[in-house]
Amino acid sequence: MLLKAKRTLVQLVAATCLSLTAVIAHAKTELTMYYPVAVGGPLTKIVDGLVADFMKANPDIDVKAIYAGNYNDARVKALAALNAGQPAQLSVMFSIDIYELIEQDAIVAFDDIVSTDEERAWLNSFYSTLMENGRTAGKTWGIPFQRSTIVMYYNKDAFRAAGLDPESPPATWEELVAAGKKLTKADGSQWGAMIPSTGYPYWMFGALAMQNDQVLMNNAGDTTYFDAPATVEALQFWKDLGSKHKIMPEGTIEWGTLRKNFLEEKTAIMWHSTGNLTTVKKNAKFDFGVAMLPANKRRGTPTGGGNFYIFKKTSPEERVAAMKLIKFMTNPERSGEWSMKTGYMGVSPAAYETAKLQEYVKGFPYAAVARDQLEFATAELSTFQTGRVRKALDDALQAALTGAKTPADALGDAQAEAVRLLKPYQ
Amino acid sequence: MNPAMRHVYGWLLLTPAAILLLAFTHFPTVATLFESTFSKGNIVRPSRFIGTGNYEAMMADPIFWKVLVNNFWFAVGTIPASIALAIAMALLVNRALPGRPFLRLAYFTPTILPMIAVANIWLFFYSPDIGLIDQVLSAFGFSGHNWLGDPSTVLPAIIVMTVWKEAGFFMIFYLAALQNLSPELEEAARLEGASRWYFFWRVVFPLLMPTTLFVLINAVLNSFKLVDHLFVLTKGGPDNASNLLLYYIYENAFSYFDTNYAATLTVVLLVLLALMSLVQFFLLDRRVHYR
Amino acid sequence: MSDLAIRRRYSAISTSLETVAAWVLAILWISPLLYAVWAAFHASEYAINFELFAPLTLINFQEALEQAPFLRYGFNTFVLVTMLLISQLFVCTLAAYAFARFNFAGSSVAFALVLVQLMIAPEILIVENYSTLAKLGFIDTITGIGLPYMASAFGIFLLRQAFKSTPKELEEAARLEGCGLWGVLWRVYVPLARPTYLAYGLVSISHHWNNFLWPLVVTNSVETRPLTVGLGVFGAPESGVDWSIISAATLLSVAPLLVAFLLFQRQFIQSFMRSGIK
Repeated sequence: MLLKAKRTLVQLVAATCLSLTAVIAHAKTELTMYYPVAVGGPLTKIVDGLVADFMKANPDIDVKAIYAGNYNDARVKALAALNAGQPAQLSVMFSIDIYELIEQDAIVAFDDIVSTDEERAWLNSFYSTLMENGRTAGKTWGIPFQRSTIVMYYNKDAFRAAGLDPESPPATWEELVAAGKKLTKADGSQWGAMIPSTGYPYWMFGALAMQNDQVLMNNAGDTTYFDAPATVEALQFWKDLGSKHKIMPEGTIEWGTLRKNFLEEKTAIMWHSTGNLTTVKKNAKFDFGVAMLPANKRRGTPTGGGNFYIFKKTSPEERVAAMKLIKFMTNPERSGEWSMKTGYMGVSPAAYETAKLQEYVKGFPYAAVARDQLEFATAELSTFQTGRVRKALDDALQAALTGAKTPADALGDAQAEAVRLLKPYQ
Repeated sequence: MNPAMRHVYGWLLLTPAAILLLAFTHFPTVATLFESTFSKGNIVRPSRFIGTGNYEAMMADPIFWKVLVNNFWFAVGTIPASIALAIAMALLVNRALPGRPFLRLAYFTPTILPMIAVANIWLFFYSPDIGLIDQVLSAFGFSGHNWLGDPSTVLPAIIVMTVWKEAGFFMIFYLAALQNLSPELEEAARLEGASRWYFFWRVVFPLLMPTTLFVLINAVLNSFKLVDHLFVLTKGGPDNASNLLLYYIYENAFSYFDTNYAATLTVVLLVLLALMSLVQFFLLDRRVHYR
Repeated sequence: MSDLAIRRRYSAISTSLETVAAWVLAILWISPLLYAVWAAFHASEYAINFELFAPLTLINFQEALEQAPFLRYGFNTFVLVTMLLISQLFVCTLAAYAFARFNFAGSSVAFALVLVQLMIAPEILIVENYSTLAKLGFIDTITGIGLPYMASAFGIFLLRQAFKSTPKELEEAARLEGCGLWGVLWRVYVPLARPTYLAYGLVSISHHWNNFLWPLVVTNSVETRPLTVGLGVFGAPESGVDWSIISAATLLSVAPLLVAFLLFQRQFIQSFMRSGIK
């Protein structure tokens, strides 16, 4: 009896030792990553799916992907986790958070991690316009993942009903106003166009400014041009759409309900992220089209969306694992898949050359509008103290659109605030 | 028990509570004051003592003043209205009207909901064109309005929603007080031929003063603490028209990572709270009718 | 007509007017919630194009549960309020016992300092409290959410009141039977303060079930996030709002507390009433 017990005990100990060795030998690298969702659709499931595929292909890496809310939430949560000593090795965060993250000494440049020529080439394999928001001081800090541009969605049935050609959407500001006037119904049941001014108003405004051939900030992130004459003109145009031409509701237009408004045919045209494309496609009960934003002096749109960043507080093994994950999530096949499922852009030319995405674009040409618009795109508003600078501009835009201040006054105040905030960095 | 031991036992029993309160109430209050005198630091430029620097910046900050004004109007809008409604509800429920349990339930239920859920529900009501209020208005031929997007209507809209949530909560306290009133008072008033209105204003209302004081304190504290709805409704917009002090503190601390400026704002909040409490206790206490 | 008859007629009319007023107000008051319930059980289109008898569906709940782990959030919230209530009962009972029955040196000053927390709730000091919690390593833990609330000035106040109003004879009787300090507490004071405990318990559960701002900053991950924060993150406007799904999500978040309330209305309301009587 005692002998039997002893034997069992020995077996138990032996088994434990063996499994422990096995565990030690197969020590998994654990990665925690935060990511935001900023457009409609079951994106968390898609991300979970991608991550699951990665873990299957890499059994020695364990990834925990945490949905953090919107871009602001993701940055706050990731940095808070780091500051509280919790693990976070990489995250998808706003492409424009770059200066904030560098100032907090939170991220590491990819140039410092890549070791082979192949990897260096990989850094250059993405669309250069998309890389603009990820590069500063000669180094690359962010790799594009869920990137977008603003596109113009329009209701072809409404165009037909108003006597407009559904295959030629407005290509200039004048055409937009003219079309809008025809599309706006007198009884208020349908507006001509809607450009949202809550949520991310500065992003929409970046498009208008660019269309007027004006950038909002410089490359070094320490100077803004909010009160340049062309900027003021752009804001005046935005305001006039509502107050003068009456093709848009006056006051602010809510970002979150805009897509619903378009789907409910309360507006014939909407400016929104291409990331909404798949959801619009699934839910539109009418014939719709997608086009590049209209030009004034030239076409223009800011890029948008999130990049992958690797945090500084990571061990060399974690960095290697993180690189693997990022390469996996952004490789042409995955990027193509991601684009088809969401509407975000493929992040590299190679993505658009994959068979699946080529076929998809052939059947649904609107999926390529954002890519084609890249030619005219510019970086999204990003500076040091980016949160405060953005808020100053957002407040100014909302003040002008609600009639509280004139565009010139509002932007003047915003510029003064930005100058005050950025002076220490110049 | 050894009489001297009561000191030891007393403090020992108090220790767990004392540690927690010191850690999360008293120490942070002092620390906030301390932090407000330092500048925002980062890796490149560490934080340094700047005395009143943050306070000067705060005085020159137009958003700070806007936020104070908003808090004022928010308090003025919600407190009298919710108290008046609470008294009315309590009076109605106190009388044996048909369907009393349903009435009580209907008035009190919004209180049980978290503010974030209330905000979600009302966000739909206030949405322009497709929202419920605009739909009802258009059914009657009126044009809709961008309730949350218009700086002049956003604060009133939020006030209406807050009153909806809070009135039922205060009703309960008034109900308790009314049920404690002696029924002879009403008898006596009726015998003397006093009208119901007179009875209410000259007898009931003054007797409800202690409850009103209690409710008032609660309401003022809530008007500073209640910012949950901003996260869902407006994030303080448009152009800070609905921004409130505690939300501004949150933005500064967690969005801009400027904990020092946030501490400065918190000091202002603490001073305001202290002032409110003092005012209420001393000024109103004198007019309260204790039996 | 006699004076009395006029009075009676007037009284009858005003009673019916009051009934109507009360009912109109009640219906007005409950309709937002009723609407949210209706929207949750009907497909998205009907939220905007109102059709009262549109077909019922559970798809919104399905979608909501797929898009965010509300069941996990519910579990977290349940753990939070339970753990918090137990800690509060423990800490506050001890402190109230000290204040009520031990005339110890400095007790009035200490009590005044305790009452400060009635005015300065932990959320007010959110910046510093977050930093303290980070240094203690409790960020993103359910315990961390509860920590600042465990010593509840409100609880201490109520219990002290209850203990003070317990007749001294009972304590003496217990002493005679050989109870020590703990025995007296456990056998005399706590049982007699049961109504207060119940009242406080319900108030605490409601308050912390619905708390939002502090849990928002403390929690980062799904494993600790309570329902309110889950709902707040879910309804983030950027992802575009679908009213029916949000209504469903809202219902999922409020359902446990709401159902408990509906079943135990009387107790809830009495608790709040009792806690207000000073």
